[in-house]
Amino acid sequence: MTQAIQIRAVTKNYLEGHTTTPALAGVDLTVNRGEMVLMMGPSGSGKTTLLSIMGCILRPTSGQVFLEGNEITAMKERDLPAVRLKHIGFVFQGFNLFPTLTAGENVELALRLKGHKRGAAKDEAHRLLDLVGIGEKYRSYTADISGGQKQRVAIARAVAGSPEVILADEPTAALDSHTGRNIVELMANLAHTENRAVVIVTHDSRLQEFADRVVRVEDGLIVSQPN
Amino acid sequence: MPPLAQRNLFHDKIRLAVTLTGIAFSVVLMVVQWGLFQGFSSSATGVIDHSGADLWIAARNTTYLEQAMPFNERKYYQVLATPGVGQALKYIVRWSYWKQPNGHVEAVAIIGCDPDSLMGGPYNLVSGDPQQLKQPNAVIIDRMYSDKLDAHAIGDMVEINGYRVKVVGFTDGIRAFTTSPYIFTTFKRAQDFTVINADQVNFVLVKAAPGVNPAKLKAELQRRLPDNDVFLTQEFSDSTRHYWMFTTGAGIAVLMAAVLGLIVGIAVVAQTIYASTMDHIREYGTLKAMGAPNSYVLGVIMSQAAIAATLGYIVGMSVSLFVIHGASQGGANILLSVSTAIGMFFLTVAMCIVAALVSVNKILTLDPAMVFKG
Repeated sequence: MTQAIQIRAVTKNYLEGHTTTPALAGVDLTVNRGEMVLMMGPSGSGKTTLLSIMGCILRPTSGQVFLEGNEITAMKERDLPAVRLKHIGFVFQGFNLFPTLTAGENVELALRLKGHKRGAAKDEAHRLLDLVGIGEKYRSYTADISGGQKQRVAIARAVAGSPEVILADEPTAALDSHTGRNIVELMANLAHTENRAVVIVTHDSRLQEFADRVVRVEDGLIVSQPN
Repeated sequence: MPPLAQRNLFHDKIRLAVTLTGIAFSVVLMVVQWGLFQGFSSSATGVIDHSGADLWIAARNTTYLEQAMPFNERKYYQVLATPGVGQALKYIVRWSYWKQPNGHVEAVAIIGCDPDSLMGGPYNLVSGDPQQLKQPNAVIIDRMYSDKLDAHAIGDMVEINGYRVKVVGFTDGIRAFTTSPYIFTTFKRAQDFTVINADQVNFVLVKAAPGVNPAKLKAELQRRLPDNDVFLTQEFSDSTRHYWMFTTGAGIAVLMAAVLGLIVGIAVVAQTIYASTMDHIREYGTLKAMGAPNSYVLGVIMSQAAIAATLGYIVGMSVSLFVIHGASQGGANILLSVSTAIGMFFLTVAMCIVAALVSVNKILTLDPAMVFKG
């Protein structure tokens, strides 16, 4: 399997005033293409910090991060947005869609940022919304669709432009359990059929059945990482 | 790109209305106050600017048109004898009193000119002819002051400084900066109306001979007339304008109001665009997390500012035209040229862009990690 993300001895400390708070205390983790990894653990354990570092949004205090074999930690800060744009798709707990754009335009925007021409972006947005099962909602504003449909739009936006890595932060937290299961099942399918590396941070243990691997994080350390 | 800037701007109609009202108010304030300034300015120097002269010769230390003290007309002959002078004209601008048939008295500024000369005479005539000034005790007034002077038609008789005079023509748009209208008459008659000795003049207007540089002629005349001030027409216009606009406080007052309009506009637009940015801050954070370059995010903010500026300008300029039309019916002189209108558009856009800088700073320092917080 191709390694999509490789994390080596990563630490992260937050400085609050004169106090240093360790969030990650030396983490090693590898996520491969074609697998879906569930990251679980209590609140404050460091899951979201680890996800942010994987997503090139936070820089670690020490250690190395590789994305598709390239060392991210050696890159300059100003180069990271381009890395995120090309290689990573995000799905957020609160959907984070643009309410003044239609569902289709939300996906189109991501594609246009990635360099797609207008017509091609429109066609691809249609295809992606069909892929996540809400093609008929292309022209609907996000205020007019359900929470589950919003998260499907967010997933379509995250996979727009075919990034190798999809990172999701509590993607089912705002959804009922049935819809949440459907969303995670959809993400598992994307990992398996489209060969993406999918990492999901969640508290919901009922989603484990869809995961290829479950990683448990506690006190800034990975305490359980079955193969 | 999907039209995020337009959608964000038009999404909240009430906020949009507040923004456009603020910009339009600012535009109206700036246009009207600047128009008033221009109007005052043109009133203060209209007679000089339309004189057709190249040079104005006045008593020493003259700073504005109505201030000039009389000097001996020998200077006029010295001017005529100077090489390079094409034409010279004795001229008077002095205060006097106009008595209406009902006995009411108004202060006026008498302009004594030569009806046969092309320099310094009445302009924008709507009835009558400068040659009519050759009639006994004839004057030409501006129709704007008909009511004030109680002279409404050619042939109306009034009194100036004890002399019976007859209105023989009307001009249009020759405003005075002060409340005292200009009254055109002949030079000799002006001497009587303003009680100047028969051998004295107020000004000598000079037209340079063809091919003669007025600046060089000015230097020569100044050398020959060391006790007088010699001005290029533009210099005298600038000096007069400066006096009325900046030493009386009138110009400063209207300019301050125009600047106030600009400040109000910046404050209103900055507040509304900042509020809009804060409303959409999570979306901007999402864009940054997705990897959108700062240039795109800033483009969204700036586009909102530019669209708001354009719409606010259209509304503001429309209201301004109504205000200017209404004010002109009431006798106010508010000038709005095409160049002012174009300049005001760019000023409005610049105002909105400056106002958006507060939001730009917020976006530049926005941490994309915020998208994972709550």
